[in-house]
Amino acid sequence: MADPFIVAVLAGAVRSGTAVLYAAAGEVITERSGIINLGLEGIMLVGAVSGIAIASITGSPFIGISAAFVGGGLLGLVHAILSIRFQANQIASGIVLTILGGGLSAFFGIAYVGKQINSFSAVKIPFLGDIPFIGSIFFNHDIMVYGTYILIPLLAFLLYKTKLGLAIRAVGEDPDSASAAGIRVSHVRYFATIFGAALAGMGGAYLSLVYAQGWIENMTAGRGLIAVGLVLFAGWDPLKAMFGAYLFGGAQSLELRLQAIGTDISPYILGMIPYLLIIIVFTIGTIRQRKVNTGSPTALGLPYNPNK
Amino acid sequence: MKNIFLPIVAAISLFVIMPPVSQAATDNKVPLKVGFITVGPKTDWGYNYAHEQGRIYMQSHMPKQIETEIVENVPESAEAERVMEKMIARGARLIFSTSYGHYEPALRVAARHPDVVFEQCGRVEKDTKNLATYFAKQYQPMYVSGMVSGKMTKTNNIGFIAAHPVPQVLQNVNAFTLGARSVNDKVKVHVVWTNSWSDPPKEAEAAKGLIDTGCDILTMHLDSPITVVQTAEKNGIYSVGYHTDLNKFAPKGWLTGEAWDWGPLYVKIANTVINHSFKPGNYRYAMNDGYTKLSSFGKVVPKSVQQEALALEKKIEKGEYVVFQGPLKDRNGKQLLAAGQKPTLDFIESMNWVVPGVEGSLTAK
Repeated sequence: MADPFIVAVLAGAVRSGTAVLYAAAGEVITERSGIINLGLEGIMLVGAVSGIAIASITGSPFIGISAAFVGGGLLGLVHAILSIRFQANQIASGIVLTILGGGLSAFFGIAYVGKQINSFSAVKIPFLGDIPFIGSIFFNHDIMVYGTYILIPLLAFLLYKTKLGLAIRAVGEDPDSASAAGIRVSHVRYFATIFGAALAGMGGAYLSLVYAQGWIENMTAGRGLIAVGLVLFAGWDPLKAMFGAYLFGGAQSLELRLQAIGTDISPYILGMIPYLLIIIVFTIGTIRQRKVNTGSPTALGLPYNPNK
Repeated sequence: MKNIFLPIVAAISLFVIMPPVSQAATDNKVPLKVGFITVGPKTDWGYNYAHEQGRIYMQSHMPKQIETEIVENVPESAEAERVMEKMIARGARLIFSTSYGHYEPALRVAARHPDVVFEQCGRVEKDTKNLATYFAKQYQPMYVSGMVSGKMTKTNNIGFIAAHPVPQVLQNVNAFTLGARSVNDKVKVHVVWTNSWSDPPKEAEAAKGLIDTGCDILTMHLDSPITVVQTAEKNGIYSVGYHTDLNKFAPKGWLTGEAWDWGPLYVKIANTVINHSFKPGNYRYAMNDGYTKLSSFGKVVPKSVQQEALALEKKIEKGEYVVFQGPLKDRNGKQLLAAGQKPTLDFIESMNWVVPGVEGSLTAK
């Protein structure tokens, strides 16, 4: 029989990683189109607050999640307008978004601190949930976790197997050639930026609606930045982002559970585990990428001026 | 050439705090201007909320004599100095720096403005003329809460989710554990550190981890107790609160906890400034002063346990029992206080040990 401690850590890894996964998966799509969005922290906060606000008004977590998708998408639109229409510095625009999202969410969130909401509860999937070990780790969660099991392969399919995916990758690699080939660069980038931010909004709503089940100002506590880092680590691939998100979630879950069972390791050392793991894996990933050259989209972060 | 700065500047300027413009006082009785800074949002249902409630109480009890303002989310850095300087420039003559790390910035601002009175929550001042520290023995209600928990636990495992191993937090961990073990020596208190005053997702995961390992009561020392209390409630276990009374948020599992009531103290302090009777020092109040209290009891707490808790509260208030009195040993068996010895302020404020029954690591050595 599998050790219940390990099962608990790994199930916690999936749960803890899911919010970051939504945001990182969205950012993969955005960055693949050549737009870097550093504002995920602010977008997740806006998603978290719109999710909880609408869920508490309507009583439906589904509508809450949809609102977070829209709210995140709206901030994505701001980023898209700044960086595509006005060709602004994308780094600066992302930082503005972080501040903007933090401020907006704090302002609108005041009324929702301590609000009780209906949330999704864990639903065991019949048959799959009964598989020993794997079942408890992956198939005894809430619906938003299951959502990622469908979303991530879909995003990979979208990127690598569809015309739209090809267009996204093309405008991220070489917008001039893509444009010459008849792809409307800004349209594709608008889509990728808004869609990516909308997913980050869902990630934020996962935190407020499902995970912590409540809103507190700045509750993302750096997870947006982690998501941006994960995209690099994942080599701009949705499936690897999933692995990375679970790695981050797992490190956090392990840290907290090691403490809960009373391991005598400094909590500060344990607290560093998630970040250390990411740095280590990221370093290995970068070295490997140098060898096989599957690195960042070539046009990432560069404004595209069609009239030059 | 498109200017990228314009939209950025526009966006940022939206969030520049607009200082409330105060009208020039026309009569002779100029109200005392009082400024508060908090490290987190005043809406957190926790530490910062408690100070905000104190400010509101104060404003409503002396509306003519004072004018108050509060600035939230002030980091424990040079930024705090800047905010306090701005308050003074706007006429503040009494400033409450409410967070642990606001102390150093407050000291520096206090040295520059001898005519302004500073009140620091917690910490120990050594040699200041215009700065006093205040705190209430929050560990007294936590001791009583521990006693209630010791009676209520069935698994004898209690989870304690805490931010940082600093003295104030350790006081609560230790007092709670001593209280629980005073009635049930099988109790183990499992401490999980989140290394952050506020990280709700991490707090939720820590709570789940503790529940998985068999804890049937959770308590905490975090800026906001609400995530832990709600997670406990959703998982059908008991919770003990801190900072504020969250009974209504956990109708099924709430036991009791500690809650602040700063308002009356803030009125008292403002009056010392108005009457020019302010004196620096380290003011420590106890449960009987009423600034730190035992929260209301949850429905699940039997009447007999409630009565026992209230009797214990009385005993502590009368000084018949002193929390941390000797004989006191730490977890490693080292004797800290001999029988009959009473703890001093320094002994309590420099706490860096844990008592037997506390499980989990501790870095403060």
